[in-house]
Amino acid sequence: MNSPDIITSTKSFLDHLPVLQVLFPFAFAPLCVLFGHRKIALYITISACALAFVISLLLLRQVLIVGVVSYELGGWPPPVGIEYRVDFLNAFLLVLVSGMAFLTSIYLIGTMHAEIEEDKQTLFLTCFLLCISGLLGVLITGDAFNLFVFLEISSLSTYVMVAQGANKDKRALTAAFDYLVMGTIGATFFVIGIGFLYAATGTLNMYDIAERIREDLPNRTIQVAFAFILVGLGLKGALFPLHTWLPKAYSFSPTPTAVFLASTATKVAIYAIIRFLFSVFHSHPSMLESVLINIVMPLGILAMFAAGGIAFYQRDLKRMLAFSSVSQIGYILLGVSFMSTIGLTAAVVHLFNHGISKALLFVCTGIIFLSFGSSFYKNIKGLGRRMPWTSAAFLIGGLSLIGIPGTAGFISKWLLVQAAIEQGSWLIVAAILISSLIAILYVWQVTEIMYFAKSPSTETKEYLGPSSFLIVWILAFSTVFFGLNTSFTVEYSSKAANLLMNNFTMEK
Amino acid sequence: MFLNIFPIFLLFFLMLPLSLIFSWKTLRILLLAIPILGFLQILSMDLNTSYVINLMNLELQLVRFDKLTRVFGLIFCLAAFLGNLYAWHVKDKIQQVAAIMYSGSAIGAVFAGDFVTLFFFWEGTAIASVFLIWARRTPAAYHTGMRYLLIQIISGLILLMGTVLHYKYTGSIEFSKLELDSLASWLIFISFGIKCAFPFLHNWLQDSYPAATVTGTVILSAFTTKLAVYALARAFPGTEILIYIGAAMTLFPIFFAEIENDLRRVLAYSLNNQLGFMVVGIGIGTEMALNGTAAHAFAHILYKALLFMSVGAVLFRTGTSKASELGGLYRTMPITATFCLVGAASISAFPLFSGFVTKSLILDAVAYKHYQLIWFILIFASAGVLSHSGIKVPFFAFFSHDSGLRPKEAPFHMLMAMGLTSALCIIIGITPGLLYEYLPFEVSYKPYSTYHVINQLQLLCFAILSFIIIKWLNLLPQEIRSINIDFDIIYRKVIPDFFKHMLGKFEVIIKIISVVKLTLIEIIISLLDKFIGSDGRISRIWSTGNMVLWIAIVLSLILVLNYSTNI
Repeated sequence: MNSPDIITSTKSFLDHLPVLQVLFPFAFAPLCVLFGHRKIALYITISACALAFVISLLLLRQVLIVGVVSYELGGWPPPVGIEYRVDFLNAFLLVLVSGMAFLTSIYLIGTMHAEIEEDKQTLFLTCFLLCISGLLGVLITGDAFNLFVFLEISSLSTYVMVAQGANKDKRALTAAFDYLVMGTIGATFFVIGIGFLYAATGTLNMYDIAERIREDLPNRTIQVAFAFILVGLGLKGALFPLHTWLPKAYSFSPTPTAVFLASTATKVAIYAIIRFLFSVFHSHPSMLESVLINIVMPLGILAMFAAGGIAFYQRDLKRMLAFSSVSQIGYILLGVSFMSTIGLTAAVVHLFNHGISKALLFVCTGIIFLSFGSSFYKNIKGLGRRMPWTSAAFLIGGLSLIGIPGTAGFISKWLLVQAAIEQGSWLIVAAILISSLIAILYVWQVTEIMYFAKSPSTETKEYLGPSSFLIVWILAFSTVFFGLNTSFTVEYSSKAANLLMNNFTMEK
Repeated sequence: MFLNIFPIFLLFFLMLPLSLIFSWKTLRILLLAIPILGFLQILSMDLNTSYVINLMNLELQLVRFDKLTRVFGLIFCLAAFLGNLYAWHVKDKIQQVAAIMYSGSAIGAVFAGDFVTLFFFWEGTAIASVFLIWARRTPAAYHTGMRYLLIQIISGLILLMGTVLHYKYTGSIEFSKLELDSLASWLIFISFGIKCAFPFLHNWLQDSYPAATVTGTVILSAFTTKLAVYALARAFPGTEILIYIGAAMTLFPIFFAEIENDLRRVLAYSLNNQLGFMVVGIGIGTEMALNGTAAHAFAHILYKALLFMSVGAVLFRTGTSKASELGGLYRTMPITATFCLVGAASISAFPLFSGFVTKSLILDAVAYKHYQLIWFILIFASAGVLSHSGIKVPFFAFFSHDSGLRPKEAPFHMLMAMGLTSALCIIIGITPGLLYEYLPFEVSYKPYSTYHVINQLQLLCFAILSFIIIKWLNLLPQEIRSINIDFDIIYRKVIPDFFKHMLGKFEVIIKIISVVKLTLIEIIISLLDKFIGSDGRISRIWSTGNMVLWIAIVLSLILVLNYSTNI
């Protein structure tokens, strides 16, 4: 840990940013319960999210200056104490998660009263804040066990947030239960994996583990640890065919939950996968390679097709979007499995771009759901005339899912295609393009229903408070903006990918 | 200054999202406002500026602004405005958006500084414009639209191939002057040629323009071919083969135009003939000739639009544009008839009308270079223009024998559009200096010299005289309802017949293939239904046990893999 670009502890506000990043939402969560009033709780939530967002931006700037920020929790130096460690990869994703949290909290202003029972709203907000702090913690920590703790914090609060959908549809309860069972199995697998790692190395700090397993020859304990960790995180990240909790959880939960989960939760789990692959297990390149190429890549491609096809068969907007998420996760994992700088860049950019586009789509769906009480295709006929603003924004999100030039989705797919070309695997290039055709199918289906089907009535009916309107168009604008201007997304992702791949190629 | 280099096509493309939000009533105001904004923007831009964006290691020059760009940009904005004004009554959002996207793409293409950007807009014009044909919503229009789209897309693909090869050969994608010395430039040349309706590549034009809606034809006539003229003038000035191609283009449509019955198709043929003049100008390639091409394109867009507008108004009121069913309409449509005459006078290059001051630039450029034969062909073609467009169109529509039709005068907005266009035609004719100022090169040309005027009047008078004599002797080809055979017989009849003949021999095999194909499709669909359909194996809601089973499977897969690879 003697590399010169790591700053050691000094005592100014800026140096405490890593811990403050997690601490703000975490400490504000009990405040919501203490005050007990839902209006006050809402404002507490918004301010916590805003603070977290600002801190994530400051952190990003700091990372840009010093490279890697390492923070010793409680002043205990790393191998023993818990280390928070921020590099390009997680600084970039911290911005995504805290930004999405902030937007979701504003979206809650206009929709919370309609979606969640009045006496449960403060508790919902508390769980929301806990979930945020959990996700941010997963991103920021450099300690394997600490990561497990944060993963559980976020998951447990997520189960509660999903179950709140029972207000509208009782099936939310079974959805939450399934999610709980699956999530717990995932977490258990993950902690088993960490247990094996601890047994093999005697340390929990990820970078320390990486140092120590390098010295060992391939060893059964580490192989088993790797398998358990990959499956555990794969479950959380909805790696096909471990995705089965996701469609239910997304479609029955209240829409703010769906918005937040779709744009961040799976992304964070995939971050953890990338982190373990390239910052911990990179010292076993042959193991990594065989698993990525023989398991993750086929599953990713399978997800692109199967989940895309399923999305086409759906008759409910929410379920369609949920399956499309599974298929998009396939793209991300495909990018990871190339084990190249450009593939990783594509994966990380797609984490970001898909997060934004999916949030946009779910926000629109939420507004549609609140206006019509349902998001089934048969109820949204002719929506283009009845809710022109929302439909237009939805269309932008849909175009981004397909990857039309000028939208964010195009950038990541383009990078992914480039990565595939770089590998010389034209079959995969074809797979990416054909699966994009499937995306055209399921997006076109919705477009046709919205714009070309006759609607039962022609009155315009737009359930769009100023806050929702703002969110929809901020997201729509960013979807287009990041499709045209790639300086932020691609630059940071490629820096992150370079860093990770450096580790990897050095080992090779 | 960003405003100075603002890509104008964005203004036009803005209409697509706006159309999702606003009603057609609001849209039509925007449709008029946007071309005006574009026009003013172009006037205010500084010459020789460019706007480059960097997309994935490609430097795309979205805006490249010089004098050649300026004159085409201005006329395209003007044409978009007039066309939209003419289409003020259209309640069809699809047509409105298609028209504006189409003109936006054409303007974007004119501003494109590299072949990739050009390709993007090249296809843009194709895709947007086909909706103007489909908007008629008849099966015939649908098929025509398909044929049109096919050809336009092929042109785009050839352009793309050329671009890729060009990049491979030279490492540059800049859209600038090319020599016809490699496969790449030939491909690009052919792609331009398809859009420019070179002989044997021209049938899409006569096929599709008369098939579009009343207002669609007016819009269509302005952009696609003139975009091709611009592209040729940019990339292939001074290429000698263009002189002969252009001369052929001026010549052969005359005969078809003479015998054609549908007046809109007559105009489509004469459009082709006028393009010939511009192509000759490009082929000559001197400053004066290029000036002539640009000026002629400018004037031509206006008077051709005017003629299409007046025939369109007739079609709009009577429901037909067939010469054999029209006649004597001047009684009830006097204003339209007057405007039509202005257009006719302009296209026939009467002195004091726009065609005169622009066409003579090209003619004199040809003469200075001593291409005598070409010069005679062009003179002959000019006489032909007078005969079929200058006399035939107004004569059969508004005069001739009385058809008994008594339609109302054209609607006010159409008259407005026609009036404005007529005024522009006359203004350019009277004060050519206004137009000359915006041409790509310095102009020191005086169209109104005694020699020119007398020469032209002689030509026109003799042409009219011959028309009268022919009419008097009753030798004028009868306007009969008929379909005339053009080069399109090759791909409409000969090639399909050939294939049908060939296929007949393999009937059995084909039947087997089609049966297998059908059953295969059925099997695939039922499989899809079984697995990912609404209640399929993968997509149905899983029980918890099943989910956990899959976890076990994936885990054991990874473990087995690890064990087997690392022993």
